[in-house]
Amino acid sequence: MTAAVESDRTQPRWRRILTRPGNALIFLGLLLLGVLWIYPFIWLLSASLKTQPEIFGSGLGLLPQEPIWENYARAWNVVGFDRYFLNTVLITGGTVLLIVVRSALAGYVLGRYKFIGKKVLIAVFVVTFFLPEGYTIIPVVQLTDQLGLLNTFLGVILGLGAGGQVAATLLYAGYFSGLPKELEESARLDGAGPLRIFTQIMLPLSWPITATVVILSFLFAWNTYLLPLVFTLSEPEMRTLAVGMTAFVGENSTDWPGLAAAAIIALVPVMAVFIALQRKFVDSIAGAVKQ
Amino acid sequence: MTAELEQLRTTHPPAPPAQPRAGVLRRLRKDWWIYLFLLPTVLGYGAYTVYPLLASWWFALLDWPGFADQGTFVGLENFERLLADDLFWNSFRNSLVFLVCAVPLRVGLALFLAILLNRKKTPFKGFLRTLYFLPVVTTGAIIGVSFTLLLDAGGPISLALVQSGLLDSPVNFVADTGTSLFAGAAVWVWKWLGITMIYWLAALQTIPEEVHEAAMLDGAGPGREFLHVTLPLLVPFLVIITLIDTVGALNVFDLMYTLTAGGPAFSSEVIEIFIFRTAFGASVPQLGYASAAAVLFGLITMGLAVAQAVGVGWARRSIGGMK
Repeated sequence: MTAAVESDRTQPRWRRILTRPGNALIFLGLLLLGVLWIYPFIWLLSASLKTQPEIFGSGLGLLPQEPIWENYARAWNVVGFDRYFLNTVLITGGTVLLIVVRSALAGYVLGRYKFIGKKVLIAVFVVTFFLPEGYTIIPVVQLTDQLGLLNTFLGVILGLGAGGQVAATLLYAGYFSGLPKELEESARLDGAGPLRIFTQIMLPLSWPITATVVILSFLFAWNTYLLPLVFTLSEPEMRTLAVGMTAFVGENSTDWPGLAAAAIIALVPVMAVFIALQRKFVDSIAGAVKQ
Repeated sequence: MTAELEQLRTTHPPAPPAQPRAGVLRRLRKDWWIYLFLLPTVLGYGAYTVYPLLASWWFALLDWPGFADQGTFVGLENFERLLADDLFWNSFRNSLVFLVCAVPLRVGLALFLAILLNRKKTPFKGFLRTLYFLPVVTTGAIIGVSFTLLLDAGGPISLALVQSGLLDSPVNFVADTGTSLFAGAAVWVWKWLGITMIYWLAALQTIPEEVHEAAMLDGAGPGREFLHVTLPLLVPFLVIITLIDTVGALNVFDLMYTLTAGGPAFSSEVIEIFIFRTAFGASVPQLGYASAAAVLFGLITMGLAVAQAVGVGWARRSIGGMK
């Protein structure tokens, strides 16, 4: 047994796989499923470079005869992608910032201090934890209308980031509650006020949580659909990528290569961010769940 | 996440018993900065979560034909209409069918993958995990649109099924009243499986290695070891993960609206699409009526959330009991 383990360590990876047929089989099964899992993306990529008749005519073949890059130009120009992209970046950036700032501030005091009203606040969080967006959307539109923020970026950002997001607050609270008490005491002796202690000591210390919250709220804001859809029904100029692309589809449902190209354009940024930061992504989610 | 809440409640003992008024005021004055820190959350949360929660109930009692108009109070008329509305019940049933088909599949398949990926001997785990996780990060609305192509009669899925003899003739899965809802459920499972797999991996990693080794030493094979040792330890997580995914299965507007828009002939109209169509899709918005549907929808989800809280409490007790 020990000898086998030893040889496991010294042999190269492929050798280990070959010497254990059971593991190789499991790996092959998992790999096959994995390829099946990303097949839709590969097919989309392939369709985005084909001609319309080629998509229907070439059966399951993935390689285009000759890549038609013009599909991308068409999707880009017709959709007005540059505008939607900018809108999405603005809305996502604003939402992430809002969520991080307010969650960090609230999480800090919730995690480290006792105060009157704390139990009420936590009870409200518990009750509203799973409040669905379909439930809140009508009052949120009405409120935004009353505030005069309908058809503004600020309106969308507030709609996405001001409410909900209990998870982010709790992640901060959990992290801050675990930091040693002496941190504040010595700073307070040096004459630092709460705001300075927070911005100069606590916030920098909590960067792992900040990274997690940034990633999770980036995903949320970039991928969100219902709220931007409702908010931009009368204002096509303000559409986000998701809303713009689906509107494009409604108007050009026969242009398959153009559709596929548009979908690829919309999916690439978020996938690229994921692949660049994937370890952090997965750890964030696993970490959030464990807590 | 909810465990976090529990922890917050339990690790900090309740404030000392009610003090005289002056004491409360003094505490409030001393802690002014705490309330300043909470201000953004209290204002934002109050306006965008608590207010909608309460306002929906009031809106549900109104006949309200548009945001520019004032609503007229009609009492419980909206609810009466709703309970007699076949299309509402249709959407309710669709949501339920979606949930019952998709959630067990997502939870079960994800557990299966997680167990295989948790094995020490499985090679290239990180790479495989990435493949399964990739759809999770993508935009649901874009995925919905893309799958109208993939699931079309001329698309690759129908083609592959016909060529392998599983189908006699091509089917447009999203345009067939018999398949549209299930096509949506399948895409949903495909998209979200990776995140449930990560939940399970996190759960599996809480089981110490020695537990497996002890079972092996006692002569249990992998099958029996899983059934009698691993599975009982996973039950508390099963409760939590199933409930998280169940709530997720009720929030599928982006995917279903872009994939089928509820059609054909309302065959895949889930509750959220019913609400959206009533409030924003019709030429004359019926905001009061949609609010009534939203209130019922909210009650269902809240019911599940309460079940979650109960389930988590129960799960924590049973974890504690094992230590």
